[in-house]
Order: sequence, then structure tokens, then C-alpha cells
Amino acid sequence: MRFVDEFRDADKAHALAARIAALCEPGRQYKLMEVCGGHTHTIYKHGLEDYLPECITLVHGPGCPVCVIPMGRVDDAIHLASQPDVVMTSFGDMMRVPGSNGAFFDANARGTTIKMVYSPLDSLKIAKANPDKRVVFMAIGFETTAPSTAMTVLRARAQGIKNFSVFCNHVTIIPAIKAILDSPDLRLDGFIGPGHVSTVIGCRPYEFIARSYGKPVVVAGFEPLDILQSIYMLMLQLHEGRSEVENQYSRVVPWNGNPVALKAIGETMELRPYFEWRGLGFISHSALKMRGAYADFDAELLFEVPGVRVADPKACQCGEVLKGVLKPWECKVFGTACTPETPIGTCMVSPEGACAAYYNYGRLSRQRVPEAISIEPSRP
Amino acid sequence: MTQQLASTPPPRPRRVLPTGEREQQVLDRIERARRRRPKLREERITMSHGAGGKATHTLIEAIFLDAFRNPLLEPLEDAARLPMNGAGEAGGAAAVALTTDSFVVSPLFFPGGNIGDLAVNGTVNDLAVAGATPLYLSAGFILEEGFPIADLTRIAESMRDAADAAGVAVVTGDTKVVERGKADGCYINTAGVGTVAAGVDLGVANARPGDKVLVSGPIGDHGVTIMLARGELDIEADVESDTAPLAELVAGLLGAVPGVRALRDATRGGVATILNEVAKAADVGVLIAENAIPVRDQVRGAAELLGIDPLYVACEGRLVAVVDGDQAAQALAALRAHPLGAQAAIIGEVTAEPVGLVTIKTAFGGTRIVDLLVGDPLPRIC
Repeated sequence: MRFVDEFRDADKAHALAARIAALCEPGRQYKLMEVCGGHTHTIYKHGLEDYLPECITLVHGPGCPVCVIPMGRVDDAIHLASQPDVVMTSFGDMMRVPGSNGAFFDANARGTTIKMVYSPLDSLKIAKANPDKRVVFMAIGFETTAPSTAMTVLRARAQGIKNFSVFCNHVTIIPAIKAILDSPDLRLDGFIGPGHVSTVIGCRPYEFIARSYGKPVVVAGFEPLDILQSIYMLMLQLHEGRSEVENQYSRVVPWNGNPVALKAIGETMELRPYFEWRGLGFISHSALKMRGAYADFDAELLFEVPGVRVADPKACQCGEVLKGVLKPWECKVFGTACTPETPIGTCMVSPEGACAAYYNYGRLSRQRVPEAISIEPSRP
Repeated sequence: MTQQLASTPPPRPRRVLPTGEREQQVLDRIERARRRRPKLREERITMSHGAGGKATHTLIEAIFLDAFRNPLLEPLEDAARLPMNGAGEAGGAAAVALTTDSFVVSPLFFPGGNIGDLAVNGTVNDLAVAGATPLYLSAGFILEEGFPIADLTRIAESMRDAADAAGVAVVTGDTKVVERGKADGCYINTAGVGTVAAGVDLGVANARPGDKVLVSGPIGDHGVTIMLARGELDIEADVESDTAPLAELVAGLLGAVPGVRALRDATRGGVATILNEVAKAADVGVLIAENAIPVRDQVRGAAELLGIDPLYVACEGRLVAVVDGDQAAQALAALRAHPLGAQAAIIGEVTAEPVGLVTIKTAFGGTRIVDLLVGDPLPRIC
């Protein structure tokens, strides 16, 4: 398949892996964080860690939008969905995220209507087709998905649609990275920057990481060769003693971001004073809400939202995993009490979550898997 | 306080294991936890219980197997194999195979077929992969008030054509009508019986290290067709359901290759789910090669866009075969000799380790697990 297979070429991967290995200084350990959950997913799905020397550890960061939603917000969403005539919509990842009384799937079994959509515009279609229903879109995601929510709200206003609103849970990536950088129990050597977020915000917002914290950042694409190449670029910076922001994903990410998308976000949304992140606690100015001018599309104003804070389950160490302090398997409940079937923490729910990715794809004793497979590609 | 401190024994020096060994300990603990009998925790049925993944398996084991437990049901194969009076006599059939399946597909009509041929082919295939010659089918209809007679006629005609093609007859049936809103147009249940020839004993538990794994053609066509036909995604692709009767293909394979261990049709849950059933039932590992698995470009492209893996997407006219390694080439030739198997491929092998796990060598050159999904594959958001 064109434009995909080129980025999954095993020969190129071997060549890059050799160049990465050549940059490792003897005795030194390297910890690189991939901020974005999409990267985590790619790394496990393609078995990318098999190419890395033992001295390089990939730390899975907080960039999985589902994983950072606190239980209280899930409860709030289910409360909204339980109101008369409400049809709630959200992205597929959200459906299994546990609240204090089950996830959306369980709520649906009890009578709510929470539908999975691929785009907020689909919610608008549902609203138009069902004028007797009140359609609430549970918006989640970083700057990647916020523009599509913003555009949907702008379109709803332009088309005069009254039965559509947004339960806004958009978060912003920079405060989360800063919180991680400021966390005392952390030692990272560099960052694989989030490619999709950067298509919107560009590369400039990461400059403080290189300048003030002295850590190199390489904004990376989502194919396995993209990630391998950005690891090479990070290792080269470390080898040469540089700390800069570089753009590996320049085929998609403009250095200054996407001004149209940023304008749409700025028009419809504003920063919240603070927002709770699962496992990371409250982080100031780290999330978005609807602007006052768009109050008639703000589900938090149209409906009563309980807003009860639910503490993370005690056994759950999602926070440590999100900060990269613990590897998923080092969590006390990993794989036994907390599994994709019965997730305790959100890291186990989304396929982008570090724990679910490791459980589904990486939970593998490399010694026990035969090295080679004696199958020749037999496509006729 | 000081007293208490003084009486505390000195801490036992803890041997700190190297990271690799600690990780292995955790992995072993997880494998033990996974082998325990699954517990059904939900209080109500959720959509995940119908998706063919872990939730479905748990439901079946906790509720149905628990209630109906008997030696014929316990193998949980696609069809039950019933001993008959006089079975095993020279020239006669060794057993009768019985199976049933319900069809609730939405939309009812889709590129490449409709719920009618699906309902016939699905049951025919469940018999075929049990090594049986399909003979007779029953058909039960649950119809919603207001359902167009013209649609029902089209469905019935498709069923007749599919039955003719598969060489089976629909010999008994049932019709129920429910009030508007109590069903989604038309649901169909079919059951089927067939005869199993002496000496045929197929089952996923028969797999052993050294066997090869084959698929009879490109995977994922049906599931992707249905997802696109729902029209909710605004994606168009030139892809059709692969619904087809597999009885002839299976007969050709079994006739040519004595060393066929197991056959499954890769419906709900896709090829990945079947391979997991093999690994679990036979206490073996299964290792497959991503670049050996036939997937149409349209299906790969749509799956890539939707963030799902074709390995988990349903097929309705494809089978997975586990075959004695020495006879894999013969099996491949036998499959390719039939039009429905023209693009058959050897996709992997059965290994001694790691027990109970399916692993894949990715096209990129890494290795990962291919686990059972919990429920339907959920799309990733970005």
C-alpha cells in the first residue's frame, strides 16, 4: 500500500538501528519519553523496541487523551447522558473508560444512549436528524481534536442548531509536559514530540524544553520508521551535546502550526483556571472550556453537572506510569487485578494507554518466541 | 517507641533481581491469572458480550457452559459432533454434526450479499469446518411489524440461491412477528445438520508444534464492507462481503490432505480470535508473519483509517486451517485449486512456546502479541 509501506520498511529500520546503536556511549543509559499515546501504540504494534539497544528505554508519556480523564468526569458524562431526551456521543476510546459506577457501555446497558462517533460533525448530523433529542458531544483530546470540536460548534451556530452542545474535556499538552519536567522523581534525556498535536500548535511551544530544561525534542510522525528516525535524531543531539527542537514530521507539521485551527479554538474556547488530570492531579491552565459567547453550546451550563471529584483507586499507579516513573509491568495491579477486561486505571483502557499497549502487544518474554519464522511471503 | 524500635528485627536484605527477571516474574504471574476461570462481573449484558472477544467467551463459560455442561458441548467447536446408532459401520457416516447461528446484521442488504445468504452460508460453513457434509437447514425468522414484504422476498430468494449453491435444503422453519421498535427489521436464526465421514476428526485442540497455519483468502472483507455500508463513516471503498459457502473448498482440502488438524471459519473476532482459540485449546504457541497474510489494499486502507486491525475483522467466506507441517504445500495447492481459495496463503506456524499466546512477526521486523480483544475493536481517536 503506497504511503504506508514505505514507512514500515524493515531494511531501512535495520540500517537506522545500527546508526542508533553506534551513538550509544558505553555505560550510559538513555531514557526517552514519547509524549503521545499514538506513538506508544505504534511502538508496540510494530514491535519497534526490538530494534533498540538495551541502553535505550522508551518512557510512555501522558499524551493519551482518554487516559488522563479523571473518574469524576466520566461520572459527570454518564449523569448528563441520563437526563431526559439526551443522546450523548463520544469517541470510541471513551466507551470502556471506567467511572466510579461503570463505563459508558455499562451505562448503556442501564438505559442511557451513548453513541460512538468518528467525528464531532457526526454528532451534529445526529442532532439534525433527531430534533426532539438533546445531543451532547463529550469532547476529549488534546489540541489535535479541539479544532474539530471548535469547527463543529461554529457550524452548529451558523446553521442555527439548538439541540447540540459540547461537554468539553479538551486538554492542552504543554502544561502536562511542564508538570512532568518539574516532577522531582524523574530522569529523562529527551522527548519524542507529539506529531498530531504539533500539526496544530507547531514546534515553537516546545522551545522552552530545550532552552530552560536542556532536553532535546524531536517532533515525530506516527509510522514506525518516523519514530526510529526521531530516536536517531535525539541520540545524535545527545551525542553532540545539543538540545534543540527538531521536526522529523515536516511532511505534515509546519513550524508555526495551523493558524486557522488555532483561531477556531481561540474563537470558541478559553483556558480553564485548572483541570484535574488522572494520575497527575490538578494542573493549572491545562484544559479548555467553551467561551461565554458560546454558552448556548456548553453542556456544563445547559445541564446540571454534579462535578463530584472521585479519588483514583488506591491500588492504581497510573500517575507514576504517566510520568514514566514506573514501567507498566511495575505497577502493583498490572495484569492481575487490572486488565483490559477489568481496567482499574485508564492507562489500561485505550489502546494508546501505556498499560493496555504493553498488555496487548508487548507482554512477551522475548526469549520464548522463536527468533525467525520459516514462512516465505506466499502472496500469489 | 524506642523499645518497639529496638525489638524490630533487622530488615532482611532483599535480593534485588535484575529488571529482566523481575519483568519475567510479573509476566508469569499474569499468565497464571489468565488461566484462572474467568469471572463474569457485569450485572447486565453490554454490547461487548456479543463481539466474539474475551467478554463473549466469559459469558459463554460463566452462563451457558455452566448451565448446559455436557461432553458434546464442552469442546465449544463450531458444530457439535453427535454419535449415532450404527455409526462407524463400513461405508456409513461416523457422526452427525449439528450447529446453529443467529443473524442480526445491520444493514440487511450490503455490497456482496444480504442477511439471507449470510444466514445460509454461516451455518453451512460452521458444518463444513467441522468436517461435515452439510445436508439440511432450519430457518427461523423474527420480523418487525412494518417490514416490507418485498425485502423479505429478496431475502428468501437469496437464501434459496445460497442453499442451492451449497447443496443443502431448508426443511423446517418458524416465523414470529414483533411490534414495531422491538426488532431491527429482520433477524434470522438457522440451524444445520450434516454427516461426518469416518476418520475425520477436526478440532483446534489437535494442533501441535510444527504444524502450519493457512488462510483461504484475503481477510477482513466482510467486516469492513459492513462498517462502510452503515454509511456513518463517509468512507467509500470498492470492497464486497466475501460471504460464500465453504463446503466444497473443505471437501477438496480434506480429500487431498490427510494431515488437516483443524478448520475454523474466521467470522466474528476474525483470524486473530481463532488463532487464540488454537493456542489456548492445544497448549501451544502460534507465530504468524504479517507480510504473509493476504489483505486487500482497500481493506487495509479502510482499517488503517479507522484504527482497527484486519486480523480482528470478520470474514464470512474464509477459513483458517491448521495442517501437519509436512503437508502444508499440498494443503496450499488444494485450497488454491478452488476459486474460493485462489488467494490462499500459509501465514504462520504452531510452536511449542510461548504456550497459549499468538505472536506476530510484524512487516516492520518486530514481534508483538496478538491477543483476544475484550469486545468490538474500538477506533482510536487520533
